Amino acid sequence: MHLDTGDTAWILASTALVLLMTPGLALFYGGMVRAKNVLGMIMQNFVAIAVVSLVWVWVTYSLAFGPDWGGHGIIGTFHFFGMSNVNDAPPGYTLTIPAVLFMAFQMMFAIITPALITGASADRLKFGSFIVFITIWSVVVYAPVAHWVFDPNGWLFKRGAEDFAGGTVVHINAGVAGLAVALVVGRRKGWPKKAMPPHNVPMILLGAGLLWFGWFGFNAGSALGANLLASNAFVNTNTATAAALLAWILTERIRDGKPTTLGAASGAVAGLVAITPACGYVNVVGATIIGLAAGVICCLAVRLKFALKLDDALDVGGVHFIGGVLGALLIGFFGTKAIGGVNGAFHGGGFGLLGNQALAVVVVAVYSFVVSWLLAMAIKKTIGFRISDEQEDEGMDLSLHAETAYEFSPSFGGSQIFGKRETSEQGSAK
Amino acid sequence: MKLIVAVIKPFKLDEVKDALTEAGIHGLTVSEVQGFGRQKGHTEVYRGAEYQVDFIPKVRIEVVVDDDRVADATETIADTARTGKIGDGKIWVIPVEEAVRIRTGERGSDAL
Repeated sequence: MHLDTGDTAWILASTALVLLMTPGLALFYGGMVRAKNVLGMIMQNFVAIAVVSLVWVWVTYSLAFGPDWGGHGIIGTFHFFGMSNVNDAPPGYTLTIPAVLFMAFQMMFAIITPALITGASADRLKFGSFIVFITIWSVVVYAPVAHWVFDPNGWLFKRGAEDFAGGTVVHINAGVAGLAVALVVGRRKGWPKKAMPPHNVPMILLGAGLLWFGWFGFNAGSALGANLLASNAFVNTNTATAAALLAWILTERIRDGKPTTLGAASGAVAGLVAITPACGYVNVVGATIIGLAAGVICCLAVRLKFALKLDDALDVGGVHFIGGVLGALLIGFFGTKAIGGVNGAFHGGGFGLLGNQALAVVVVAVYSFVVSWLLAMAIKKTIGFRISDEQEDEGMDLSLHAETAYEFSPSFGGSQIFGKRETSEQGSAK
Repeated sequence: MKLIVAVIKPFKLDEVKDALTEAGIHGLTVSEVQGFGRQKGHTEVYRGAEYQVDFIPKVRIEVVVDDDRVADATETIADTARTGKIGDGKIWVIPVEEAVRIRTGERGSDAL
C-alpha cells in the first residue's frame, strides 16, 4: 500500500468535517422542534455520535467492510472485529491513505445515518429505547446496506449500482427508517390539528450552514484522495445545493406567496442530499438539474405526510428519502465517464445504469423499511419506544433530562415561572 | 387613586411613555402580553404548512394616578397610542384602595 500524504491530510480533514455534520444536524433539527423538546432532540444526535463510534470500531466496520462472508456480497466477516487487522485495506479498495483512516472516515457516515432518523420521530422517543434502537439498527441495517453498496464485494456494487457518497446507504436508508419508526410510535399528541411550529429558525439556519460546510468532507472526501475527482465532487455539491435552495424558495414564492428562511435551509439540505450519490459521476449540468429537481420536488413532497396522516415530524421522508431517490435515479441519466463511473442515458450509455440505480433504490428502501419497522415494533412491545403522555406534555427536556434549554427571565429563570428554584444543601437543584 | 391599565401596540410604547412623562406622570409598569380582541391574528407558513396565530403580541401599561389625573392620563395614552387601525388596544380604569412606597413607607397619594 502506497501512502500519499496529500490524500491522507485531506481525508483526515474530511473525517472531521463529516463528524461536524451531526452536531449541525442536531441544531437543524433542534431549531425545528418546540422549545420544550430542543435538548431532547439535540441529545439524541449527540448520543448517536457516542454510541455508533463504539459500535463501529468494535463490530459494524467489520461487517460493512470486512472480507465478504461466503462470497454472496451480503455481509462482511469479523476479520476487523475490535479493530483487529485494521491496518489491512478492505478487500477491493486500493487505498493511498491508512486503512484505519478509511475506517474513521466511514465511521462518520455510520454516525449521521441513524442520527438523521431522529427528525421523523421527533418529540416522542424514550431515550434508552432510542439508544437500543440505533445500536441494533447499526448492526442489522446500516452494516449490510453499506456492504452491499459501498464495498467492492457487495452485491449491488458488483452489479454496477453507483453511490458516490451515500445517497442510498445514508439518505434513502435513514429516510425510510425514519418513516418506519414514526409509523410504529405514532403521531405526536394533537398532530396535525395542533400547531407545532419551529421554535428557533436562526438555529435551523446555523445547523444547515454547518451541514453544508461539513458536506464537502462527506462528498469530496468520498473521492478518498486530494485530486480532480474530489474537486469535481466539491463543485457539484455546491452547485446542486445552490440550485436546490433557489428552486425551493421559488416554489414557495409561487405556491405560498412568500419565500421562507426555513425553505432556504430545507432547499439547501435537499440539494446536498440529492447530489450526494451523484457528485462524483455527473458534470455541472447534471448537478444543476439534480439540484433544481430536488428543490422543487422535495418542497412539494414534504406535504405528502398530511395526506398520508403520517407524522414524519421534521420531514426526513420528504427531504432525505425523496432527495436520495432523486439523486440516485438521476445518475442513470446524467452519469458521465468524463467525471467518473459509467455513462448514463444522456451520455450515450443506455438505460443499464438507470436500471441498476433503480434496483439499488428499491432494494435498500424495502430492506431498511421492513427491518427498521420490525426492530421498532420489537422495542415497542418489550421495553416501550414512546414516552408517556405526561412526559410528552411536559416536554422531553425536563421529563427525560431534568433540564430546560432557555433561561431568559431574570426573576423566574425562564420556564420555571410556576415555582422558584432552590439549591438544596446537598447542592442538587429541586 | 385609580389604576389605569392600557393594552397597546408594542411599537407605540416609547411614544406613550414620553407623552405620559410630559404630562407629569412619572413611573409606570410595562409587561409584554398576548391576546386578541377584534383584530385577527396572523398566519405563519413553515414548509408549506400554515399555522394560524390567534394571539397578537401587545404591551400592557399599568399606572396608578390620583383621581383628578385620570382623565388627563387616559386621554394622553389614547391620543398617543392611536393609529386609527384595528388593534390599537384598550384602556380601563380600576379603583385603588391603597398604595405604599416600599422604601419610605409613605402611603396613599404621597406614595405615587
